[in-house]
Formats: sequence, C-alpha cells, structure tokens
Amino acid sequence: MLARLRGGGSALPGLVVERIDPQFLDHALADISEVVVVSGTNGKTTTTRMLVAVLRAHGKKVVTNPTGSNFTRGVISALLGEAPANGRIAADMAVLELDEAHALRFVAVVAPTRALLLNVARDQLDRFAEIDYTADLLRRLARTARLGVVLNRDDSFIARIAREMQVDVRYFGVHPEMADRLPELQEADVRFEDESAAPELGAQDGLLRPEELQPDGTQRFTVEFAAGGHVGPVQLRQRGLAAMINATAAATMARSLLGSEFNAATAAEALSSVAPPFGRGEVIDLGGRTLELVLVKNPAGFTVALGAYGSTPVATMIAINDNTADGRDVSWLYDVSFASLAQRGVSIVSGQRAYDMALRLEYDQVSTDRVIPELEPALDAFLAAHPGQPLRIFCTYTAMMSLRRVLAARYDLSAFGEEGQE
Amino acid sequence: MSTDTRGGGPAEGPSKGQITLVHLYPREMSIYGDLGNTRALATRMRRHGYDVQVHDHHPGADFPAGAHIVVGGGGQDSGQARVKEDLERIGSMLRALAQDGVPMLMVCGMYQLFGHDFVTVDGKHLPGLGILDVTTKGNDKRMIGPVLLRTVHGEVVGYENHSGSTVLATGQPPLGIVAYGNGNNGKDGTEGAIAHRVHGTYLHGPILPANPALADALIGFAVDRALTTPFEPAELDDTYADQARKAQVRRLMRAASRKARGRR
Repeated sequence: MLARLRGGGSALPGLVVERIDPQFLDHALADISEVVVVSGTNGKTTTTRMLVAVLRAHGKKVVTNPTGSNFTRGVISALLGEAPANGRIAADMAVLELDEAHALRFVAVVAPTRALLLNVARDQLDRFAEIDYTADLLRRLARTARLGVVLNRDDSFIARIAREMQVDVRYFGVHPEMADRLPELQEADVRFEDESAAPELGAQDGLLRPEELQPDGTQRFTVEFAAGGHVGPVQLRQRGLAAMINATAAATMARSLLGSEFNAATAAEALSSVAPPFGRGEVIDLGGRTLELVLVKNPAGFTVALGAYGSTPVATMIAINDNTADGRDVSWLYDVSFASLAQRGVSIVSGQRAYDMALRLEYDQVSTDRVIPELEPALDAFLAAHPGQPLRIFCTYTAMMSLRRVLAARYDLSAFGEEGQE
Repeated sequence: MSTDTRGGGPAEGPSKGQITLVHLYPREMSIYGDLGNTRALATRMRRHGYDVQVHDHHPGADFPAGAHIVVGGGGQDSGQARVKEDLERIGSMLRALAQDGVPMLMVCGMYQLFGHDFVTVDGKHLPGLGILDVTTKGNDKRMIGPVLLRTVHGEVVGYENHSGSTVLATGQPPLGIVAYGNGNNGKDGTEGAIAHRVHGTYLHGPILPANPALADALIGFAVDRALTTPFEPAELDDTYADQARKAQVRRLMRAASRKARGRR
C-alpha cells in the first residue's frame, strides 16, 4: 500500500504514514549523519534547493523534500520515495525545508544536527497570529540542533537566538557596506530602537557582496568569508537581492557541513545552475514569448518581488485569492508599496479579492486596465491584450496553482507538487 | 503634486481648508495593514478638497496640538506593552479631545486600550483609558475571520483577528451588528463601540478603504472640528471600493446561509 502512495509530491501518503507510524521519520533517517532543517518565513524553498545543489555538487548523496511540501507529512511523503525495504534511507545528508509551526513537530521525532534560519516576517497571521510567536517557534527549533546553527545576522528576531545557543553559531548576511538595502527586505515597522545592534562578525560568517546591477536587470555577487574561500562571482538564474541572500545562507551552511571538503568554485557553479522553484520567478515559454509567475504571500515578499522586477517593467497582471493557503486576511496589501508599477500601470487584476487589489492600486495611483475576478478569463484577456510581449503575473498561492494548471494544460509544462495543507 | 507616503498633502483642486490627522504609534500598533486607514482618510480628504497634514505620534514625543482626527491600529502584545506608558502620559489629553468631539478610529489593540480594563487570561488587570465604556478579557481562543456588519453607514466588511473578548457596558452603543463573524465577543452579536465621535472596532481589512461611507462620516466630523464651514464632499469614484465590499457581502451572506442551513 505504501509503495502505491509514493511519489507525486503530495502530502497524502505522508498523512497516512503519520497516522500509522509516527516514528517512521526517526527510523528512516537513523543512518544519516547530518540532518539539516531550513526554516523561516521567506525563501525556504529557494534556499533548500540551493543548499542541496551545492552539497550534491560536492558528491554528497542528499535527500530532501523537493516539492515545497514543508509540513511534517509532506516530508514523510517525500522520504517514502527514498526508503528501501528496511525503511532506513542510505544517504550522507538530509536537507529538509520545514514550515515554522510544523518544524517543532518534526524535531520532536528527529533531532536535527543543524538548523538554518532565514527570517521572520508577517505571513499567514491568521495561522500564526503574531510575529513574536513565530520568532519563538524558530528559537525553540534552533535549540534542538545538536551540532550547529546558521542564523540571519540582519534579522534581529533570528540573530538574537544566538544568545542561548550552546552549539556552533555562524551568521549569514549582507556586507555591512550595503546595509542600506536591508529595510526593503524587512519588517521595519516592528523593529524598535532598543533592538540590539547586529552581532560581531566571525571568521566563518558568510557576507553577501553584490556587484553593480546591469542594465538588463542581472547582477553578480560574491559570498565572502573572513576565514577565506570566497564563493563567486556568481550569477543566479533567479533575480533579486532576496535570492542572493538565500544563496549566501546556503553557501554558509554548506561550508559548515562540508568543512575542509568545501570547494568555493564547485559551490559557485552549483549555485549558478539552480533553477528557480515553481512560481518563484519561474519563466514559462509561451511559444515565442515568456510569462513569469511570481508568487507573493506577504508584504516583505511582495515588496522584494516588486523591487526585483521594478527595473524592467513589463505587462503585469496581479491575482489575489484569500483561501487558507493564501492567507485569508488581505490587509497586508496595504503594507506593500506599489508605486513602482505606477508608470506602466497594471493590465489585469484578478482573483477572489480582485476589486480589493484594484482599490489598493488606486491608492498608489496605479491604473488598472481591467478587473476580471475569474482567473482563466483573466489569463485569456491578459494574453490577448499584449501580443508578442513578455508578461508577468504576481499571484498568491492558490491563484498560482490554478493559473499554472491552465498553463500546464495548454503549454505542456512539467508536473509539479502542491504545498501541504492542513 | 507631492503627497507623502501616508496620503497627506495638498488638496486636489482649490483648498477648502486644512485638516491635521494624527496617527498613534504607527510603528508599534500597525501590524495588519492599518496604515491603510490613514492613507484612505488622508487621500479621501485631499480628493474632497482639503489640505491634509499627517502627523505620526511615537512614544515619548509631544502630542501635536490641533489634532482634528486621530487614528490608531492593532499591534502585537509586545507593541501594546511598548505604548502603554506613553498612553498613560497622553491619556488625559486624549480623553479631553474625545469629549470635545474629535473623531477617532481605534482598531483592535488600540480599541481595547481605549476601553476600561483589559483582564488577561491569568487574571491581571491592565488599565485602559476608559474613553469607550467597554471591558476586554483575554481568551484562549482567537476570533479570526472575515466579518460583515450592519451599521448606520450601511454594510461594513473587514477581517478580525483577536483573542480579547470585549463586552459593552449597559447603554454603550456598538459600531454595528454582526451579520457574519464574531465581533466583540462572538456571543452578543455586537461589534465595536462608539462614544462621542470615537469609533472602536476589531475590523482590519483595513476597514476604511472598502467602506468609504464610514470613512466619509469620520471626515465630516474632522471637518466640523477643523473648520467653520460644513463638510462639502466632492463626488468621488468609489467603484472599486463598492465592488470590493459587495463581493465580500455576497460571499459572506452565502456562507452565513450555508451555516444556517447546516444548523437546521
């Protein structure tokens, strides 16, 4: 029965095993010497992919949950496909992306060796209710890491976790010289003047140093380590500062895992080859022109996405749903500035909250050509309105899944997994 | 025309006068997009023909003289703790302004702080300003979800996310009656509270952009306070706001009737 449930990337088989044998995970991972958990609000999927790519490029056998299925049962589902008859997975390392709340359920069964913690931002407040609560979940997660943690130096919620750690602590962050770019990535309005300053730098900390932004919107960067072994220059396939920070996090953790085996050139090559995950800047070829699907799910993420693409305005559609997986409260749209879209305007606004989005744009003096709440007619209108031009759709999770389903049927796209849902 | 990021700036067209809006604790108490209320008020006031000055009030700073309208939002528990001391300091001034007819919109956390005591789950009493005749008790269960209200300004939609359960004192009118959602406490069908021209509510969304009738009522009060000439509203195009609200009303009425059928 389990064999039939394997694969596919859905959380269903995991759900079945979670009910039948909650110790499955502990058993399956017992022979793996390094179990790394990646968590935080934004960038989990991208960072996990990058870290796995770097480790595999070093010849390591790595198991991971590649579908973005980041609840416990999603992890089990992913690992079922790997487990041999005796149930114990033969691999050097496991790198697992875990949702903040479900991470604690996971570590209750399997003690990780290391944790990589990215950031704390407002996301799905109807589930987590408060940022302070999310920060506390990650603090508790960090305390279960047996060997070491890699923390975001520039996120005070994450950096302050170091105070209570007994194990190896390394930081990743942006080079202090470019700290002025940080506010656009962070939840500035919940940070306070009495926050402690960024921690002192150690020799093993990875610092991001971007090169000049090119006219075509591309940008190379280097990850610097005071102890030596700079990674780069690297040109990622995914745009924007956030992706570069994710790469810095991945490189810092890879270096911690691999020790003297770490090879900077191998790491740089691996990072430059990582394809963006579905909906995180995924480019779909519509036969002669491109359509980019950009997943937006919280104010920090939407702001970063707009910043990443703002320099190259193309025909734009925005699709906002408010199902559970999207976050049911759309208040957060008022914590994003849409001013960068004002010059070109937005072609189509769609989704269950299409009119709320159009109203929000109106307050930033961004014009909307048409409001079409139903997604498929909206997509048709969007494609028809801009023949031969590149297109971009910013969309919430369930809107992205629906749009991609339509596009997959029409343009023969590869299959993809859905994120686990409660 | 230059406007600030919160919607303040000169009037669109000839000015009918100036209005000062004070936003209380935008850093600490503005977690669910409540900045959108300030933006909606300031932008609508400018479109109605008024110059608008938006003033952010931070803990420890002097409270600006001549506030014509005051807005406050929701925060996390840590945010509430940070503003408590400052609120005690400026509390008597806020009470005086409220009694004098200054319109205010206090959402979620600030709504609770504008009431009497907040009683925590473990029985601690935290004193509020007592401008609204309401008392709030901490709850284990959070009340989260979309809300539809019937109010004197028509149907009002928003989103609630609170663990505090608020009870109105006898004679304290609510902002509205719950047609969908929990409201003050999930039991008595009331939502929010109005005293003088102070409006307290749990509704985020933010509440004002999609409910322009409520926004304009507050603006009318602000004009009364600021100027000798009465509020002369301009004709604003509220198509998107009306469509957004109506779409939510339709969805929530459908959900309400499904629930009712399920109960039978």
